[in-house]
Amino acid sequence: MESKVKARPASRSRGRRLGAFVFLTPGLTYLLVLLLVPLALVLSYTVFQRGRFGGVVYEFTTENFSRLLDPLYFDVVVQSLKIAVLTTVIALLIGYPTAYLIAQLPRKWKTIALVAVVLPFWTNFIIRVYAWIILLSGPGLINSALNVFGIEPLELLYNDGAIVTGLLYSYLPLMVLPLYAAIERLDPQLREASANLGASAFTTFRKVTLPLTLPGVLTGSMFVFVPSLGNFVIPELLGGSKSIMVGNLIRQQFLTARDWPFGSTLALAVIAVLIVLLMIQAWVTRRA
Amino acid sequence: MSRSRFTRRFPATIAVVGLALAVAACGGGASSSSQDTTGAAAELKPNADLTKQSLQVTVWDGYLPKELADKVKATLKVKDMTITLHDTNEIAMTKLTAPGDSGIDVAFVSGQYAQALNAMGLLEPIHPELIPNLANLYPEATQLSYDKGNKYSVPYTWGTTGICYRKDLVKKVPDSWNDLLKPPAWADKKVTMMTTERWLALPALKALGFSVNTDKDEEIEQARKLLLEQKPHLLTYDDTTFGERLQSGEAVMVEAWDGWCPTTDPKGNIGFANPKEGSDLWVDTMVIMKSSKNKEAAHALINYILSPEIHSWAAENINYKVPNKAAMERVKIPKGSLLGITPDKLLDGESIIDLGPASTKYTRLSADIQAAK
Amino acid sequence: MRRSKFLYVPFWATYVFLYLPIVVLVVMSFNAGDSAYSFDGFSLKWYGELVRDDRVLSGVVNTLIVAAGSTVIATVLGTLLAVGLVRHTRSKVLEAISLMPAVLPDLVIAIGLLLFYGAIQLTLGLYSAVLAHGVFSMAFVAAVVRTRLTGADTSLEEASRDLGAGPVTTFMKITLPQLMPGIVAGALLAFTLSLDEFVIAYFTIGNSEQTLPIVIYSMIRFGVTPKINALAAILLLVSFTAVIAGQRLTKIGESRAQD
Repeated sequence: MESKVKARPASRSRGRRLGAFVFLTPGLTYLLVLLLVPLALVLSYTVFQRGRFGGVVYEFTTENFSRLLDPLYFDVVVQSLKIAVLTTVIALLIGYPTAYLIAQLPRKWKTIALVAVVLPFWTNFIIRVYAWIILLSGPGLINSALNVFGIEPLELLYNDGAIVTGLLYSYLPLMVLPLYAAIERLDPQLREASANLGASAFTTFRKVTLPLTLPGVLTGSMFVFVPSLGNFVIPELLGGSKSIMVGNLIRQQFLTARDWPFGSTLALAVIAVLIVLLMIQAWVTRRA
Repeated sequence: MSRSRFTRRFPATIAVVGLALAVAACGGGASSSSQDTTGAAAELKPNADLTKQSLQVTVWDGYLPKELADKVKATLKVKDMTITLHDTNEIAMTKLTAPGDSGIDVAFVSGQYAQALNAMGLLEPIHPELIPNLANLYPEATQLSYDKGNKYSVPYTWGTTGICYRKDLVKKVPDSWNDLLKPPAWADKKVTMMTTERWLALPALKALGFSVNTDKDEEIEQARKLLLEQKPHLLTYDDTTFGERLQSGEAVMVEAWDGWCPTTDPKGNIGFANPKEGSDLWVDTMVIMKSSKNKEAAHALINYILSPEIHSWAAENINYKVPNKAAMERVKIPKGSLLGITPDKLLDGESIIDLGPASTKYTRLSADIQAAK
Repeated sequence: MRRSKFLYVPFWATYVFLYLPIVVLVVMSFNAGDSAYSFDGFSLKWYGELVRDDRVLSGVVNTLIVAAGSTVIATVLGTLLAVGLVRHTRSKVLEAISLMPAVLPDLVIAIGLLLFYGAIQLTLGLYSAVLAHGVFSMAFVAAVVRTRLTGADTSLEEASRDLGAGPVTTFMKITLPQLMPGIVAGALLAFTLSLDEFVIAYFTIGNSEQTLPIVIYSMIRFGVTPKINALAAILLLVSFTAVIAGQRLTKIGESRAQD
């Protein structure tokens, strides 16, 4: 017993190291093999040539990067950024007031309102997209409804608007939830104090509410932006083959063109955009 | 990032990248060595015990009778048969050429892709002695340019590519590929094209007077320009549902394989035009994978499909002509159907063949066109 | 509390936007006609068609297998990882790695795995999708368990260590029971995400297996039919029931705890 007590400091630090090993190794090994190595492969394939039916030929080339800068492809990357940003901004504009109101509802209604935001998210993602094909397509329901009022059918499907609608529909709950969490945590007395000091509702929002909920805004924006940028299902089903995003290009390079190196290069472009955004987010959060 | 933190992280990064490269290099080496087996036919026993063999087939949706699997199990006494679907040739190629065993015994792919698979050494040569029903084929169907003598593929359906259109919605019956490529105002944004690489290029190549099998960069470049100019005037690209789009009135003219042009629609308002600049002869074939462990059963399946009762099903239900004389003689050709086109007429079309490494030019063309605004 | 009226416009717009498509989906699933666009009378025929569709049924089975398998992997490894990260290291790098799968677009994870499986010449099957789903599920389990851990009281663990228990014993006897609610929540989240995940399974599953999302996706590519609506309606019903049941259960749990 005595010796055990004496040995405690040493055994404790050994225990800590042993603990680190026991707890961290399994998960990190899994991530090393199935996440980091695959990502390193993506990275390394960008400088090799394509094999005819997938795979790579290990000959160095910069062709993939020059092709990425070809306006044909570069425009798609820019276009995808625009669509993802637009989706995020709209999600924020309608998500913020929604989250704000939910946070002020009586407790019982709060739960119901929150569950109601998340519930559509529980249906299958593909089915959520499918619903919009039925609503938007040429012979679809919105046009049928317009027809009743004698309005000519509109081209609602196969354009950027349809893509933004689909993305918004799929990811809006991911905006509302973090915003709600941030707003809920606000102390209502802060706003009351601001109002008592004679600030207008807008000034209170701008000077008090918004800065304090900024982390929630950023988290929600990332949650919407990231899956929007890399999406290929929504642009494929709602954008047709005319409005496409970088995700479509990546899918196409891997599954139909079988050009793994160029597909990897496009994926690298997406990763690069994300890294920049995460750095901005970290910087803003640190300043806030 | 401070220097010390960077140097601490650096070895880990190197280790990860190094491991990845090592894995990649091993993979590459193994795949090149596994391709040396080209041409060697397996010893197959005509009376092998099929009850020990299971079949895995990949095919386009709706291309085989739904009850085929059950019939095959009952008739051929194979242990099991499962059917998986692919929506385009390219998807099938991705599956079949993926490293490792695809697990597929029999695949349905178009002729030029069968040729490419064979060049890669992935196909088992056809053992004619195990497929007596090969005798049912039209003589023309044994001399197709991608595989003369059906050495590694057996034709399942054949036909041509043309313009499928709504008789009541076109102001002029289309007769040229240019009607699709430069649609008149009444068809603006109401035409569709196919994206499967060679069929995307076909209308443009034919309209320009080139071969569908050209590998000349300047000819492909001209086709590319034409297709890029066409893109803003399209409804969309569509390889699978163009028939439905015509029926719903969403489209008025579409590039279509003859069999998928719904000319037998009861409303009688859908027609098919063979453009005057000419077109192709395409063949969808059945191939047996070299990796298959059930080759006797695979042959038995192909033999069974070539029997007149089963093969005529394809003609009657998917409206594709089958290169099977005995089967076609049983088929009642419905009104409006394109099944009546005879083999010699079909052979006017230019047969699409695989172009070896130059084929990637068409892959690139298709990728470029789809990426364009 | 003052609430400006104009806030109600986006509030209700959000709910209309979220529920209009769902109402339409469900209504059209009862269509007697063949079109997904125009309603030609009430019928349950598409539900019948659905039940007879082997692809849909095997899709459901495969989806459940993949979700269950990956959830088991993710829950075990994710929980250990969370404990390791909170209690046994201060490394920001390891923390970042554990969060990566949740931050990266699914497409990037999917193609990375496709390249990796290709490079090691792995024959794809259900298990390759299970392993792939494990990657992002683990990140979510670890994140959920970590939030619970950081708020947890460490005095019991310290007491256990002071009494000479090793890290494993401490973990099994003290930490794990404390963490249980977090682990269950993480596992449920992982399971749900896996059920819904399309992209990663699409790239990493074998030829002969398809999960339900993949089946639906290929059905849509071959045209729209009310059969898909019927499937949507059933899935909705299942998730509504699950959510309501979940709510009831937590309520019962809460009231018991208060008693």
